[in-house]
Amino acid sequence: MTSIRGLVRRPWRLAAEASALLIAVVVAFPLYWMVLSALKPAGEIESTRPRPWTLSPSLDSFRRVFEQQEFGRYFLNSLVVACSVVVVSALIAFLAATAVTRFRFRFRTTLLIMFLVAQMVPVEALTIPLFFLMRDFGQLNTLGSLILPHIAFSLPFAIWMLRGFVKAVPDALEEAAYIDGASRARFLWQILFPLVFPGLVATSVFSFISAWNDFLFAKSFIISDTSQSTLPMALLVFYKPDEPDWGGVMAASTVMTIPVLVFFVLVQRRLVSGLGGAVKD
Amino acid sequence: MTTHNTALGERTGGAVADKAVGAHPGRRPRGAARTPWIYLAPALVVLGGLLVYPVYQLGLISFLEYTQAQVSGGEPTTFQGFGNYATLFGDEQFWQVLLATVVFAAACVVSTLAVGCALAVLLTRVRALPRLALMLAALGAWATPAITGSTVWLLLFDPDFGPVDRMLGLGDHSWTYGRYSAFALVLLEVVWCSFPFVMVTVYAGIRAVPAEVLEAAALDGASQWRIWRSVLAPMLRPILVVVTIQSVIWDFKVFTQIYVMTNGGGIAGQNLVLNVYAYQKAFASSQYSLGSAIGVVMLVILLAVTLVHLRLLRGQGEEL
Repeated sequence: MTSIRGLVRRPWRLAAEASALLIAVVVAFPLYWMVLSALKPAGEIESTRPRPWTLSPSLDSFRRVFEQQEFGRYFLNSLVVACSVVVVSALIAFLAATAVTRFRFRFRTTLLIMFLVAQMVPVEALTIPLFFLMRDFGQLNTLGSLILPHIAFSLPFAIWMLRGFVKAVPDALEEAAYIDGASRARFLWQILFPLVFPGLVATSVFSFISAWNDFLFAKSFIISDTSQSTLPMALLVFYKPDEPDWGGVMAASTVMTIPVLVFFVLVQRRLVSGLGGAVKD
Repeated sequence: MTTHNTALGERTGGAVADKAVGAHPGRRPRGAARTPWIYLAPALVVLGGLLVYPVYQLGLISFLEYTQAQVSGGEPTTFQGFGNYATLFGDEQFWQVLLATVVFAAACVVSTLAVGCALAVLLTRVRALPRLALMLAALGAWATPAITGSTVWLLLFDPDFGPVDRMLGLGDHSWTYGRYSAFALVLLEVVWCSFPFVMVTVYAGIRAVPAEVLEAAALDGASQWRIWRSVLAPMLRPILVVVTIQSVIWDFKVFTQIYVMTNGGGIAGQNLVLNVYAYQKAFASSQYSLGSAIGVVMLVILLAVTLVHLRLLRGQGEEL
């Protein structure tokens, strides 16, 4: 990268760096405002002259959020949903991506095209049939009704993305493993799986976000047993369009955003290299 | 050769012989032809049950009379043919919502791509510290769940308690009241949380371009814009196609932001998009058939986009 940078004349480079920092501030501002508003004491947040700082931060809003019935439970539910989706869809996608990249078989191309097409299905439009499906299998008001559809929806994209990573593992490695007497299962889990892991991490970001963000299904499928609800519904308790409890909304938003932020920071490196690997293919 | 491996893990050293010298990797016989299907089975079961079957059901319901009466079993389900579609296409509001959806999605895609690409180029021009700052801020925006992003942007633009109106000296201007300013506000939020994907992906792509190529172009006296247009953009084409298609898919189906930020579709439904419209029809007024017909329309539109995508991929000689 040094050489590209070297081409840019110095005043331009300084201007570029100044604007990068300024843009970073603008992009981060909504998150700053969210945390700040969550920490503002009651009364200050409802000031018509909002200040970009607070002199007396308080945890009252957070207390109010956690005192709300079952907020902790919703948090746990969201975590269970997102983690189940990530783990199960990663495993299934890994097997499928291996099948379509390391084997030649009839209908292989057809399948690949089907996975591509499946990515385009507007899953929100499937809320209606899924509602009846979940009802018929007695899954309404269960976490399963949130987990199962998200596994299905994240699969096509995950398979498509993992393809490049599985392809990148040289055939010679597979042959060497067999010569050394490894079984196919052993090759799959002890050699291929670790090599493809960075790709799995990048993929999991997308499935985690889609499951953690889910609002429509939680709203549509968890209708009577609210103990099975997830965080977005808890947040809406504080958000009444005409009279929102902004402190509560922002505290709940902060609590809902933190796990994703932590997850992103953990996988950040692999995410960038993962996206590079997936698109280079 | 006596290799009859039938299942996972039965493969022995003897099987290696039949995959000798790989001029065409993967094209040689690989023992049991069943293996790939065993690997694919879980994916196919899940996709079949939770994606393909629901799509079939969606189509089916769109041809039936299916309202609260049929759901509760009070009245028999009747076949309507294209009746629901006739109702839908005869409804002026549908065309208005369709137009709004397409224009809104297009505006989101164009803005997201422009911001994402510009910032990706900017990232390559700066030293590690500003780059890290911008990258972290972008990851933060990306990581923010749609629903929390929506509420935060609402607070930022709140006429009474938000800082934006104060900073811009707009008094107590309400952004969600007018149709266009409400759409504009949602657009800002959507671009904010989706440009990072474009930026990070394009940045990863630019880094993969050999520096000599760019150096040569610069030595030939090409301007920055010219380098982007004539050198980088063509080399990044596959990546640009992927991020464009992904943005189209995501932005065409925006639900949470519209639903939360405009309180279910705006005053008198002025901010409805197809997704929210379908939800309102189906779950708020129990017209499941009409909701399904709207879903089918969305499906057909995105399918058309997919076909274009496939042609583009094929056109660049991508091997599937």
